[in-house]
Amino acid sequence: MTSRAEWLRTTLLATSLAFTLTGPVLADSSASPDKTPAEFKVTDFLLDNGMEVVVIPDHRAPIVTHMVWYKIGSADEPPGKSGIAHFFEHLMFKATTNHASGEFDRAVSDIGGSNNAFTSYDYTAFHETVAPSALEQMMGFEADRMRNLILTDDVIKTERDVILEERRSRIDNNPQAVLDEEVDATLWQNQPYRIPVIGWMQEMEQLNRTDAVAFYDKYYRPNNAVLIVAGDVEPETVKALAEKTYGKVARGPDLPPRIRPVEPEQNTKRTVTLTDARVSVPSFSTQWVVPSYHTAKPGEAEALDLLAEILGGGNRSRLYQALVVKQGIASNAGAYFQGTMLDDTNFTVYGAPRGDAKLADVEAAVDAEVARIASGGVTPDELEKAKDRYIRSMVFARDKQDSMAEIYGSTLATGGNVQDVQQWPDRIRKVTADEVKAVAARYLVLARSTSGYLLPQQQAGN
Amino acid sequence: MMNSTHMREAVTAPSLLLLWEKVDRRAAPRRMRGACRIAVLAKLEHPSSDLASRGHLLPQGEKGRPRVATALATLFLSILFLILPALAARAMDIQQVTSPKGITAWLVEDYSVPIVAVRFVFGGGSTQDPVGKEGLANLMTGLFDEGAGSLDSEAFQVRLDDAGAEMSFEETRDGVYGSMRMLAEQRDEAFDLLRLAVNEPRFDQAPIDRIRAQILSGIIANENDPDTVAQNKWARAVYGDHPYSRSDQGTRQSIAAITKDDLKALHKAVFARGGLHVAVVGAIDAETLKKKLDMVFGDLPKDQALAPVSDVEPKLAQRVEVNYDLPQTSLQLAWPGVKRKSADFFPAVLMNEILGGGTFTSRLFEEVREKRGLAYSVNSSLVNQDHANALIVTTGTRSDRASETLGIVRDVARQLAEEGPTEAELAATKKYLIGAYAITNLDSSSSIAATLVELQLDDLGIDYMQRRAGYINAVTLDQVKAAAKKLLTADPTIMVVGPPLAGAGKG
Repeated sequence: MTSRAEWLRTTLLATSLAFTLTGPVLADSSASPDKTPAEFKVTDFLLDNGMEVVVIPDHRAPIVTHMVWYKIGSADEPPGKSGIAHFFEHLMFKATTNHASGEFDRAVSDIGGSNNAFTSYDYTAFHETVAPSALEQMMGFEADRMRNLILTDDVIKTERDVILEERRSRIDNNPQAVLDEEVDATLWQNQPYRIPVIGWMQEMEQLNRTDAVAFYDKYYRPNNAVLIVAGDVEPETVKALAEKTYGKVARGPDLPPRIRPVEPEQNTKRTVTLTDARVSVPSFSTQWVVPSYHTAKPGEAEALDLLAEILGGGNRSRLYQALVVKQGIASNAGAYFQGTMLDDTNFTVYGAPRGDAKLADVEAAVDAEVARIASGGVTPDELEKAKDRYIRSMVFARDKQDSMAEIYGSTLATGGNVQDVQQWPDRIRKVTADEVKAVAARYLVLARSTSGYLLPQQQAGN
Repeated sequence: MMNSTHMREAVTAPSLLLLWEKVDRRAAPRRMRGACRIAVLAKLEHPSSDLASRGHLLPQGEKGRPRVATALATLFLSILFLILPALAARAMDIQQVTSPKGITAWLVEDYSVPIVAVRFVFGGGSTQDPVGKEGLANLMTGLFDEGAGSLDSEAFQVRLDDAGAEMSFEETRDGVYGSMRMLAEQRDEAFDLLRLAVNEPRFDQAPIDRIRAQILSGIIANENDPDTVAQNKWARAVYGDHPYSRSDQGTRQSIAAITKDDLKALHKAVFARGGLHVAVVGAIDAETLKKKLDMVFGDLPKDQALAPVSDVEPKLAQRVEVNYDLPQTSLQLAWPGVKRKSADFFPAVLMNEILGGGTFTSRLFEEVREKRGLAYSVNSSLVNQDHANALIVTTGTRSDRASETLGIVRDVARQLAEEGPTEAELAATKKYLIGAYAITNLDSSSSIAATLVELQLDDLGIDYMQRRAGYINAVTLDQVKAAAKKLLTADPTIMVVGPPLAGAGKG
């Protein structure tokens, strides 16, 4: 289980990279320039009702990804109503005044499309991937359910059982997930990121129709939404279709600024330990509160991205090389930073022992690498290679239209704009070794960190 | 903070959830690769695709029918993407490229993004692990970027990083797959490194011991995990002594027994031109690719030397239980499957889709989730391997109602077996399967390359995409009813992971 969790981290790191990496900035370097079309040109505009629209043309295949991002996530939930944002995401697939329950799903599957939705701390997004000819139909359905949902107690009760099952499946059946949830609740003393996106079980069980309707009326408005269309489509077409569909939805009352409780000064080292009979290899993580792209001073978040890459971004990273390759004490070790968040975010290092090594040895070695980078900084060569890897990933991201849609959507839903995405590679290029060292020294202080330990039962107290 | 995204449904989700699934699927961890971002290049496994059925639930079969590459001149075939009826058809060229030394690859030339994606497979995966050396193929796949030619592990990885390329290898029961994604401007260096990895892996002792220790750590880490324990028990129950019953990760003892000579022997037996299929997508032309194909694969031995693997019928009507006090019980059911080349294949694909496929409109989704809220996830999938086939249903349900859920799943299957689907269901499902192909299988260079390799493995022909809709449209209601009756009338093998089922008895 332990190592499985490490994989989770590894692969999700890939996601967070994908989320921050982007932009058609590299000079085109194809071997056959004459065959290379113009770079993907991203267009953005506002509808009269305040809905933001971003169009990312990609004409390689006759497919279009249509996403609506609402600037509402679990961190915006009222106290005591944890899970309502995600629950509401599920309810959006129920009947409306114009369409029976399941009609939208059938319309998508009838044309071989795919659809789904997801909820995070800062946003909720709904998406369909279809042929361009079905785009208007998708927009029609999506605009309809923005305001015309019919919520009955029956629908609420059955779907609430589904999300309770989702919680059991994702969290309660999995010791690593149970630990992660309580580490978050400890790392964050005040900020709502301490509350799980899916919600606390006892609060989820009480979510009701009144809560859902209030949530819907407040947040599901065009002026709180971002439309992202990526794929085989032109901006003019998207604009015309959007005006015809979303444009008919009345602007809602202005929403107050998303000002949430923020962290007090943190002054302690905290630890959270879970022992479980299913665990047979221990593991740990240490986390710090750090600024996100939205809250950071200019350049700091970019420096944190580079710090995460150099310290623990892959098998060329310091942690991997030191612990896994040279010392041979860890089965895995790494670091990650989740920059695309509205409020301050977390920076994490982690590791698990292998062979006869003890978890304490691994943790001490990770701590030593953190201390070394905070005091000694990074080399010019390390920094250049880390930058190259980011730029390369950005080019690879262009290969998948839904990755591009997710990059723009998550950025715009967390206080950023199209230019932030496009200029990101330039900002990464400008980061200096001193700036990387400075963020390491400023933020990665063990005396104000939170560590989580997942331990086998027989090693409890180790 | 990591488990931060929750989806409506776990099966048809986009990249984020594929990551979830990928994590959940692996019985034991692989080490973190330098190219960890390549995780998103996971082989396509989508229940709505007839290509996508090399499932994780049952081990994989051997894929190594030697195919001697014929020295055809480069053959251009224009494949019309029949994505949706309403869509103006758009041509995408799949070129069959054959190099002077006789290596054949399918190429989609595309310059819109300056990258090249390469995917290839050698038939013969973990079924080739000798008895007592289980885990050999898996360990081998961890070592291709750990030193090759004159470059030791460190030197190789530095060069790979400098080349801006991502390389990964993985095994299934049926084959050893390689993937590489490179920047067009640095493709010469990238192909050169691929050549070294494929032809001259060093298998130095230090990396062997390191990667082995990481795999061992993963095996130990899962020893007390009820899901892993259950999957191992399931494989033995369903496959008996067949190689499919073995863990591809191996055991503590078997991976300890593996030597450098074992690795060299497996490499020599598997990495031969005869068992190779290659697909390339991106910024490269056919003439250039021919040179690269010869460089990377042209000097490999002609024929593979694979141990024969017999076909096996999954054993049905069994009960596999792992009792553990969990809040949610996992259920898994196996019915007979259907061979990829069988005339029943598309009727069975349509039937499976109606039962519990990749949409939000399947019967199982409707009865188990929408009407009753008993589960978050419930799916069925056809699993096709070289030596075994099955239809698998999985779900997770609150433990105090697991008996009820199991009963509903069986009732839904029974009803479909007895009555078959309706005309309307069949018509809608045909439309879905026809349209979903491109969206599911062709949404990036890497996924196109992966799809083209699977088409070659299944020997479906370079024009398969043109013919596929015709196969689906030709299926009659009676054929689907017959497939339902044939597959779902059997008494399934049932796995239960959780507290003992209340009131369900045994069997």
